[in-house]
Amino acid sequence: MIPELGHYALMLALGLALIQSTMPIIGARSGDATLMGMAAPAALTQFVFVAIAFAALAVSYVTSDFSVLNVYENSNSAMPLLYRLTSVWGNHEGSMMLWVFILTLFGALVATFGSNLPVTLKAIALAVQAWIAAAFHLFILTTSNPFARIADAPFEGRDLNPVLQDPGLAFHPPLLYLGYVGFSIAFSFAIAALIEGRIDAAWARWVRPWVLGAWMCLTLGIAGGSYWAYYELGWGGFWFWDPVENASLMPWLAGTALLHSAVVMEKRGALKVWTILLAILAFSLSLIGTFLVRSGVLTSVHAFATDPRRGIFILAILVAFIGGALALFAWRAPLLKQGGLFAPVSREGALVFNNLFLTSACATVFIGTLYPLALEALTGDKISVGPPFFNATFGPLFVPLLLAMPFGPLLGWKRGDLLGAAQRLSAAALLAAVVAAGAFALQHGGPVLAPFGIGVAIFVMAGAVTDIVERTMILRVPFGAALRRAAGLPRSAWGTAVAHFGIGVTLMGLVVVTAWGAERIAALRPGETVDIANYRLTFEGVFGRNGPNYHDVVGRFIVRRTNGDLLGIMEPSRRTFPARAMATTEAALMRRGVSQIYLSLGDPNPDGTVPVRLYYKPRVLLIWLGAVIMFVGGGLSLSDRRLRIGAPRPARKIRPALQAAE
Amino acid sequence: MTRKQRRLVLIGGSLAVLAVAVALMLSAFRDSIVFFNSPSDVAEKHIGPGTRIRLGGLVKSGSLERGDDLKVRFEVTDGNHEIAVAYQGVLPDLFREGQGVVAEGTLDPSGVFAADTILAKHDETYMPKEVADALKKSGHWKDDYAQRPALPVGGGGK
Repeated sequence: MIPELGHYALMLALGLALIQSTMPIIGARSGDATLMGMAAPAALTQFVFVAIAFAALAVSYVTSDFSVLNVYENSNSAMPLLYRLTSVWGNHEGSMMLWVFILTLFGALVATFGSNLPVTLKAIALAVQAWIAAAFHLFILTTSNPFARIADAPFEGRDLNPVLQDPGLAFHPPLLYLGYVGFSIAFSFAIAALIEGRIDAAWARWVRPWVLGAWMCLTLGIAGGSYWAYYELGWGGFWFWDPVENASLMPWLAGTALLHSAVVMEKRGALKVWTILLAILAFSLSLIGTFLVRSGVLTSVHAFATDPRRGIFILAILVAFIGGALALFAWRAPLLKQGGLFAPVSREGALVFNNLFLTSACATVFIGTLYPLALEALTGDKISVGPPFFNATFGPLFVPLLLAMPFGPLLGWKRGDLLGAAQRLSAAALLAAVVAAGAFALQHGGPVLAPFGIGVAIFVMAGAVTDIVERTMILRVPFGAALRRAAGLPRSAWGTAVAHFGIGVTLMGLVVVTAWGAERIAALRPGETVDIANYRLTFEGVFGRNGPNYHDVVGRFIVRRTNGDLLGIMEPSRRTFPARAMATTEAALMRRGVSQIYLSLGDPNPDGTVPVRLYYKPRVLLIWLGAVIMFVGGGLSLSDRRLRIGAPRPARKIRPALQAAE
Repeated sequence: MTRKQRRLVLIGGSLAVLAVAVALMLSAFRDSIVFFNSPSDVAEKHIGPGTRIRLGGLVKSGSLERGDDLKVRFEVTDGNHEIAVAYQGVLPDLFREGQGVVAEGTLDPSGVFAADTILAKHDETYMPKEVADALKKSGHWKDDYAQRPALPVGGGGK
């Protein structure tokens, strides 16, 4: 009964989406306030019905209702509750449900908190949201029904793919989707602005919080996925330039560019057309990401769909929305008025520089990801474009961006003083040079790339600190006055500095672990030891251990410093899941400060030895810590008074929005 | 500067960055692309020693030999041709005899494929897509490959 209820609710949601996608536009064209007023309640009700459908699916999973095909194929009654819940989105149908759930959630949020928006803009934007929602509802109902039943219900389910049975997977997909789908708001507003043929600085102010929120979630989602790959796949890599990873990186790059260009538009009314284009691109890349990941054109743990009809359907959605949006852009963008003037050296100029490099970097990732697909379709040749390609293209494009980053916030609007900014950054540059030289000396010559990378990371971090030091004048005015200045700084200024600092932290982690990480592979018998960096591991032997739906073969290792101090034990394991007859590697990690010792087991050899992979990962945790710092920076910026209040309006109307958007 | 000059600076700068990006991509494409080949492709195309390729097929049943220091040798087959592969390291979780595998490396002069990477990435059905396509091409594809991990279905599978 419950699955049928969910199915029915989803159909009703489709009906509502169709109403919401047409009536408000007709209303906006004819100036009919009643028709336009339908948008908000339709968005709210649509969300309620999708939530019911999603809850119905979740209940089927939690109660292990194996008469539902989707549950039977992806769950097992022996799995812990958390994984029964996360397997809701650990499969194609369920993950599409999560997609529309978040999409309609955002629609409902706009409907609720958008009371300070111009009526027509809100109506049209919600209608565009409904187009997207309707397309995906239709996709789910026609090709990926999660509520399909099996005639005679089997006793036990087939289990979730073991590599997905991990706490990290509880958060990674929802965060990623919050990011992807969050950009749909910017997209809808961009399309609405194009349809209206009118756009102003206030538009950027309405859209920016959504972009910022989506960007924050995407940042954490990507970092979470990377950490999951690091510890779950058992070979200690944190980024493989895998197409699936690139699919999430591209919207992040475009979204980061959008975030920055929207600042220019909001403050100076310039770059309007470009911002609109970026809003379209960011969501288009999110759709392309969904297509790449879900259509089965790529092989990975994410490729759930193998039914070609689904691939074609998503491709059709892709072509319709991206093609339509770009055509509309080409037609209507010339109508938009040009904005303010600025000199090449200025805050605006710096943000244009940022946008230029971010979008170029994004383009190289795009081509590297899609070229093999295009080549295979055209010539049948199968190629792989791997890390060397991306390191050789993405890296050089990111270096100027990172070097310019500390300058941006120090330049004035309209016309900046590059020399003055350089003077203020001289301390940061000096510190960076000293640390880089120190690193170079410590590694006794060798490649200069790693010390250079460290220098850049230090420069970025020190540059962010410089920004705050300059703004608070902490070196020039008494401490108390500086504190008052610090408290009076807009939160967005703090947000910028913190997020930029986070980039430096991530870069530092990447450089150090890549340059000075160590790897050992050995086949050990009980009692034998293996050394790495300053640590010595003694293999004690293997033993078995049973989990709820798996069996572990655990290796026990005693970790000491080379000088004999005992540090603890590490227990990596080989985990076998009988339901799918599959094994996974469960690596053991020991944290030393922000560095880690990483140990994973192979299948025991017939001669009694056990193969192990042992890594020393210096400063590796900085990579993800940096992402968390960026998230915090985004949050600070989001809490800025300016964004909470939204567009200037009479005081009495501000109140509700003030509380609501908290 | 006039509006026009500023726009020229902006456009000129953009074009310069784009040109750099394109140049980087072209040079990277020349150096870092790896072609996928089945054992039959290797035989037909006469791929010489030293060329970096990806080799994909099935691990021939009974061919796996383990040596000292985690050295392994096995044969990759697509039903028509076989190539011996040498690898040192820990094999990925899903490596099995009789199942699909993709190895990256170079052929040595004696015709043994020296792999430095054995790819662990498989879909849920244990079969890398490239390998599936190569097997279909060589006529050795069996439908049951796709259903290998499935347990007895209690009616109405897909």
